[in-house]
Parts: sequence; structure tokens; C-alpha cells
Amino acid sequence: MSVKGYQRKLDVENGRVDLSHGSGGRAMAQLISGLFHQAFGNEWLARCNDQSAFDVAAGRMVMTTDGYVVSPLFFPGGNIGSLAVHGTINDVAMSGARPLYLSASFIIEEGFPFSDLKAIADSMGAAARSAGVYIIAGDTKVVERGKADGLFISTTGIGIVADGLDLSADKARVGDRVLVSGSLGDHGVAVMSKRQNVAFQTEVVSDSVALHNLVAVMVAAGGSGIRVMRDPTRGGLAATLNEIAHQSELGFRLQEASIPVKPAVAATCELLGLDPIHVANEGKLVAIVAPDLADAVLAAMKAHPLGADAADIGEAVADNRKFVQMATGFGGRRIVDWLWAEQLPRIC
Amino acid sequence: MKYADEFRDKAIAQGIARAIGAEVSSQRAYRFMEFCGGHTHAIARYGLEDLLPANVRMIHGPGCPVCVLPASRIDMAIRLVDRPEVTLCVYGDLMRAPGSQGQSLLRAKALGADIRMVYSTLDAIRLAEQAPSREVVFFAIGFETTTPPTAVMIRIAEKKRLKGLSVFCNHVLTPSAMHSILENPKIRDTGGVPIDGFIGPAHVSTIIGTQPYEPLAEQFGKPIVIAGFEPLDVMQAILMLVRQVNEDRYEVENQYSRAVTRDGNRRAKDEVSQMFELREQFEWRGLGLVPNSGLKLKRAYAQFDAETRFAIHDLRVADNPACECCAILRGAKRPVECKLFGTVCTPETPIGSCMVSSEGACAAYWTYGRVRDEPVRHTS
Repeated sequence: MSVKGYQRKLDVENGRVDLSHGSGGRAMAQLISGLFHQAFGNEWLARCNDQSAFDVAAGRMVMTTDGYVVSPLFFPGGNIGSLAVHGTINDVAMSGARPLYLSASFIIEEGFPFSDLKAIADSMGAAARSAGVYIIAGDTKVVERGKADGLFISTTGIGIVADGLDLSADKARVGDRVLVSGSLGDHGVAVMSKRQNVAFQTEVVSDSVALHNLVAVMVAAGGSGIRVMRDPTRGGLAATLNEIAHQSELGFRLQEASIPVKPAVAATCELLGLDPIHVANEGKLVAIVAPDLADAVLAAMKAHPLGADAADIGEAVADNRKFVQMATGFGGRRIVDWLWAEQLPRIC
Repeated sequence: MKYADEFRDKAIAQGIARAIGAEVSSQRAYRFMEFCGGHTHAIARYGLEDLLPANVRMIHGPGCPVCVLPASRIDMAIRLVDRPEVTLCVYGDLMRAPGSQGQSLLRAKALGADIRMVYSTLDAIRLAEQAPSREVVFFAIGFETTTPPTAVMIRIAEKKRLKGLSVFCNHVLTPSAMHSILENPKIRDTGGVPIDGFIGPAHVSTIIGTQPYEPLAEQFGKPIVIAGFEPLDVMQAILMLVRQVNEDRYEVENQYSRAVTRDGNRRAKDEVSQMFELREQFEWRGLGLVPNSGLKLKRAYAQFDAETRFAIHDLRVADNPACECCAILRGAKRPVECKLFGTVCTPETPIGSCMVSSEGACAAYWTYGRVRDEPVRHTS
């Protein structure tokens, strides 16, 4: 969309979003072309239509959508923009699919600095490019001050899944192994370290990353022996395994000592009274794999840079109560329950 | 993790477990109450009961400040924050604590009350500085461990002339509660469990020391071992209690000697005694009105006392009659013996306060321990 004749250049350094940038007028056109198109640049957006047309390959497609409201918007290891791209790519990839296209919808609070918006859009563009995925549709709305916490982003993703693959959370079977792709809790701890009230110094950075390439090597090694994949985001590993246990109507038995957690994450959780298996991840996956293929899949994961710390942490067991149990590192047993409160420190 | 993993070592735990197994007499039962929620949490979180012989039973005591806070105090806080000028600062766990008739601070907040979740008293000071026109009330709760920070907060408020800051004081005292558990005829009347010994608080004892427990051990003939909150601390304390019981001793022993002394933290105690005085009685959920068990601000600090400042008076509120929190907090019943447990009362929708905090007996059981109680019916 060319906006020749618009007098003033977008002041990316010092300017701020105002209501005119969401009004459908020239200011909005300038914001879209001057900021978003530059950041996302691709042939579909360049045609400036209200939609983008693309060719469909034969086979099955997958689609997912997600809203991002993270606070703070910038955190060690990423920002809301890269997170929105990675998160949606990962949701597509957990079906075993290759992600292709994304859409992105922005709800911006009046007064939001252009410089922040540009930094966020640029990191979305970079994240998409490095993943080989295109952002081909978008929307921008501006709401009055106080009606949104800076910026919310919604992304939708589309991908294509290979013939014969049908991963689903109701497909776990008794005896299947539980694999995780790396250390747990990094993202949640990195975000919390920047929260008002709790701010603390830590070397932990978010693990936010697109996982589809790791998924591809796993699928190559395990094929349909991979029954389920999930990325353990909100609610962490505990929520993900409880979901799968309910959908597949079985239980899990985990070995606490096998679950990878970085010392700095463990220490932070200790201080705040949290359990790392309840803390969010944005660059890890859990795979439930048939027992005869588990070693091959684990080896493929370990050979990939995003799965270097992958581990086999337990197995699916028959249990009509659908409990996720864990043998504690101390030698006892316990349940791994869903997180049932906002993650807040114990008070004494 | 350094300085933590050492206290969670499986091999050492198994060594202590073997010692306990070797020393218990098969002729008798050993029933020990861990007073503190911190211990309850550690026992459940590490699955410690799996390491104990069948005749050693842990009874979860009332040492969780959220659990023992009666519904009336939540109602009073809601009444307080109904005032448009009040900003109420609370610790997160308290948000879901049940008041009467399904009320909670979480619900009051959703209806528009200005309630802020804070992590420390310093957050309340910051809020009072940022909004000098607001009445910032800190919902002070906890045993002897959290009282000194409240005292320090008031000192800072005094110094900075923060006229808008006050305290809704719910601080309570551990020895009075232990006394009440041992003395209260209600325990005997409800078929209460005779307790053979106590694991005494870790953090509380860093402040008050071990001395205040001595009269209790002497008067009731019960051994008390002060223990740290790590699972090995608890294991070792159980072994020490077993030995005392076997030898008919009832002494106060200090397992947590890396942090606790006989006299405690004199400076913290002095600060608290300068500012606070005993209430004649204070209501505890589960224990009822316990004499000399709660603190309030002295008259000289009345300006910081939200109860005086806003003239809110004690309320009396009946608990849900089916809720067994009272019996559970006294060790007379186990969580699974309550009809509400896991049916209408879950951590998401707590009826009784033992289900609110992760240190509460019911919540700890629900979150970590259920695996032992519900039989598995293997499906083919």
C-alpha cells in the first residue's frame, strides 16, 4: 500500500501510536506499510489485499490460533512478538506438521511507543524468516489508553502434515515412554524475573524457539510411533501430562531424578515456592512414544541442537484414576497435580 | 542446587529410614504431629511417608496461617475493603481463603474492591508512598516468623510519616496453639488422636528459640523436636522422636541447630514486644477461641491499627457444618475422612481453609498424597 502524499514520516524513534492509527485512514495505512510490511516483508503482504491467497498442497492441513498477553512485553530471551511466532509455529508443529503461514492481529493501546512496536514487529519478522514461515495476513486495532496493557497479539498458523501421521492426545498407550526435549521452566522464570514486585537478577533466559525442525527429525526417526506431542506452555509439564492422561484414559509414572531442570531455575523456583514442572516453557516439547521406538526418537532428539538435553522421564501406566505419579528424588511417591492456583510464593 | 540438594539426598534418607525401622517397637504405634504447614508440605512433596514404617503415623497440625484464619477475619477484611478509600494488600494464598457464604477476597476483587497481591511488607510501603491519598491496609497474617517484618514495616511507616498505612493484624502464637491442642477437651471428646510427640516449627523457632516449648514438653509429657523444613530434617526429627518415646523421655530437642538457638532472635523479639501485645483471645479455625494466642498493636501504635482506625469489630461466623477442617487441624481426622474432600471441596473451590494453601493438610494431600488412598482398578 503506497501512501505517497502523506506529509510526515512515521517517527519511529519518538512517536507513539494514537487512535488515528487504528481508524482505517491514512495514518493506519502508513503504520502498516512503514512498520509491519517492512518487518514481515513478503510477496503476499506486498500485494496489499484484505486476504492472501496461497496454493494448497495435497494432504492434510493443520490450523491453530493463539492470543499473547505476556507481561512484561520484553523479557530475557525474547519479547511478545517472537513469542507469538514461536508459540503458534509450535502448536502447528506438535501435530508433526510443517508450518507454512501465519497471520498476526495486533490490539495496541493508545500511546504505545512506535520504537517498541517496531522492535516487536522486527523480531516477529526475524523469527518467522529463520523458521521459514511467512506472515501473510494481519490486522491492526488501536484501543483507548487503559483498555489494553500495551499490546496484545493474536496469531493463527497453518501447516501441512505428512501422510500417515495422526498425532493426538488420546493416542497414548500403556507402556509408552515419556520424552522431554530439554530443561523445564526456563521461560516462566525468565518472565517472572522481570515482573514488577518480584524482579530479581538471574542468568535464565526464555527458551522461546520454533520447534518444527526438531519435530521433523523426531518424525523421521519415530514415524507413527510418536503418539502425542505437546509443548508444555502454561501449567508446565504437569498440566500437559494431566491433559494427556485424561484424553488417553491412563496414568503416568515419572522419575523426578530424570527430569531436566537448570540449577538456576531450580533455585529460583525454590525461592518463590514454585515447582519447575508447573512453570511455562516456550521452546520444549513432550512426546509420548511407543516403547520400541523411544530410544531411536530420543537419540534423534539428542543429536539436534534443540534436543541436546532431551530425556526419557517416565512411562504411561494403566490407571483408571488417571493420576500422574512421580517417584521423588528422595525415594517416596507423590502425585503431580495440575497447577491449581496462580503461581504465587508460599507465605511462610 | 547447592545447600538444598544436600538435605534431599536419597541415600542418606534411606539410611535414616533404616534406623527408624530398626528402632521402632512393633508393639506400639507412634503418632507424631508436625505442627507446621512447611513440614506438611515437605512430607507430601517428597513422599516421605513411603519411607516410614507402618506404625509411624504423621498427623498434620494447624501450623498454616491461612488454614487457621477463621472466616470471620476474611469477612472483616472484605468489610474493610468495601470502603472506597481502602487499598488492601494481601499475600497471594489469602485471596482464595473462604469467608462466609462463599465470599473470598478474590471474589471481592472481581467485584471491584482494590485488593493487591503483594510479596512482602515492602510492597505495601511502596504502595503507600505512591498513593498518599489512599488508605493502604496491610493484611498481616502469620506466626512468629512474619510478625517482625510487620513491626519493621510500621517502624518505616513511622519514620517516613506514611499516614495512610495501617495493619489488619492477624498474627498468632505457636506455643499457645500447641497448648490448646494438648489441653483442649474437645480433642478427647471428638475421639481425638493421642499425640506421642511433636515436630516443632523451623522458621518460627529461629525467632522464638527452643525455650518457649520447654514448659509444654514438661507439662504434658510430650517430646518436641524442632526441625528444619528439608525432608532429611524431618526424617532425622522423626528418628529423634522415636528414640525419646522409646526411652520415655519428653525433652525439647533441636534438630535444626544450623538456624535455631535456645533464645532465638533477641532483636526481633524485642521489636515485636515493643509494638505488639497479647489479645485476650483470638479465634482459630479448628481450635475455636484460644486465650492469649493472638497479637494486636499496642495503644501507642493505634494509628497503625486498621481495626481501631476503621472501627471494624469482631464478627462471629459459623463454618460449613459438613467441613471437617476443625477435626483435621487438631489431628483428630485425616483429610480423606471428610465428606467434602475432593467432592465439593478442591483447591479450585475450597470450602474449608485446609484446602486453600499448599501447606494446608487437605491441599497437600490432594496435590501430592492421594495416590496412597485410592485403590487402582487395573483396566486391561
